[in-house]
Amino acid sequence: MSIPQDLKYTASHEWVRVDGDEWVVGITFHAQEELGDLVFVGEVDVGAQLQAGDKAGVVESVKAASDIYAPAAGEITAFNDALEGAPELLNSDPYDNWIFRMRPADGASLAGLMDASGYANAIA
Amino acid sequence: MSGTSDSSAAAPLRRTPLYHAHLAAHAKMVDFGGWDMPVHYGSQLDEHHLVRNDAGVFDVSHMCNVDAYGADAEDFLRALLANDVRKLAIGQALYSCMLNAEGGVIDDLIVYRLQPSEVPRYRIVVNAGTADGDFAWMQQFAQQRGFGLTLRMRRDLAMVAVQGPQAWAKFAVAQPALAALAQQGEGLKPFHAVEAGDYLVARTGYTGEDGLEWVLPASEVHAAWDGLLAAGVRPAGLGARDTLRLEAGMNLYGQDMDTTVTPLECGLAWTVDRKTDPARQFEGRSVLDAGPAKRSAIGLKLLDRGVLRSHMAVRTVPADGAAPQIGETTSGSYAPTLAASIAMARMPAGSAKAGDTVEVEIRGKWYKALVVKMPFARNGKALV
Repeated sequence: MSIPQDLKYTASHEWVRVDGDEWVVGITFHAQEELGDLVFVGEVDVGAQLQAGDKAGVVESVKAASDIYAPAAGEITAFNDALEGAPELLNSDPYDNWIFRMRPADGASLAGLMDASGYANAIA
Repeated sequence: MSGTSDSSAAAPLRRTPLYHAHLAAHAKMVDFGGWDMPVHYGSQLDEHHLVRNDAGVFDVSHMCNVDAYGADAEDFLRALLANDVRKLAIGQALYSCMLNAEGGVIDDLIVYRLQPSEVPRYRIVVNAGTADGDFAWMQQFAQQRGFGLTLRMRRDLAMVAVQGPQAWAKFAVAQPALAALAQQGEGLKPFHAVEAGDYLVARTGYTGEDGLEWVLPASEVHAAWDGLLAAGVRPAGLGARDTLRLEAGMNLYGQDMDTTVTPLECGLAWTVDRKTDPARQFEGRSVLDAGPAKRSAIGLKLLDRGVLRSHMAVRTVPADGAAPQIGETTSGSYAPTLAASIAMARMPAGSAKAGDTVEVEIRGKWYKALVVKMPFARNGKALV
């Protein structure tokens, strides 16, 4: 399924899942397909306080580095370090392999994010 | 995530005669210097490993074949190029830089000495992005110095490279007559070629593996490609081509050298021939003779996690606390055969040698890298 119905999406091709009082963030099928084979995921700063749209980490394919962004203001609470030894998991299972978790700041909302059909239109 | 916006081309991209073959093989096409070319056919990493372990085929028809023939063809090339074609036997090739008057590299290329007809004949293969400029330069050079020869751009020809330990075996299945021609006598040695009409088959390549490059009429290349695929050769794109050549320690024009760099500064002193004929005058020689190079090329292997790219600052870590010397990476990538990241870098001459640890700046932070001798890999295996 390239655009799961139960997730929210950013214009910069991240997906967001709500898990209790945290958001879980990864990159979409479309993103990994555009990037090609991924060879590095990192620069996620656990504990960092970010604004919406701030750089939250980097994914690198063989060809180029690509920043990933915080979907809302908040604090980064975890990095999925399974991706350190196996960045290719983002190619094979982009929705099962999250990149970072964050605690959204007061007032941060999902309202600014796209639903599945909105994202489908955005990448059409 | 950045970097995924679609871009529409401002001008139509040029296509090789294999354009539709790439679409049929599900290539991801990209703008490569104005050409619509396949970066991969599914997985750049798979295609890289395929060439190191089996056989892959690259469309290199965007590169340009130039014929040079006439009474003065040898004298022309000996004045034009830093390497000396005088040492070539018929059927032999060499790799050379073509320099401007300042000793800077206009292009790197391969020259083949072919069977003479009534006059000496040579074939020059130049890079896609520099072909038009190279041809204009060669014509002007010949005219200004009064060399009697004809130069012809052969855009009627296409070219494919079949590379890997199984390249020759699979080529023999697809093209038994051509393979038999190449295998005559003691067989084709590296940097040698056989000719049959408009076909040229050369034991050359840009991957560090055994294989061949095949020049043939553009009208025939799609059928030839299909025949290679039927013989078990799989398509490989420009992404894999770049990681393969980098691991093999081979320069990429426009990145590892350009007109501001002499061959002595980019690891190509071995292609400058001042020995076969010490009296030979070639364009740019006086600058090379004027003194030792102030910069030199080194290989780097990243010791921390991450990926080296071009234009990253490199600094030495002197043991005695002296000021670090600064240089820059020229090419860098993840290297699939090494499962590590590597780069070529240009440093002040003598500032760093194999075995030293240096630091490279990646997005504002310094990471440790080891200076290593190139090539990084050959014949399917990592060397560092």
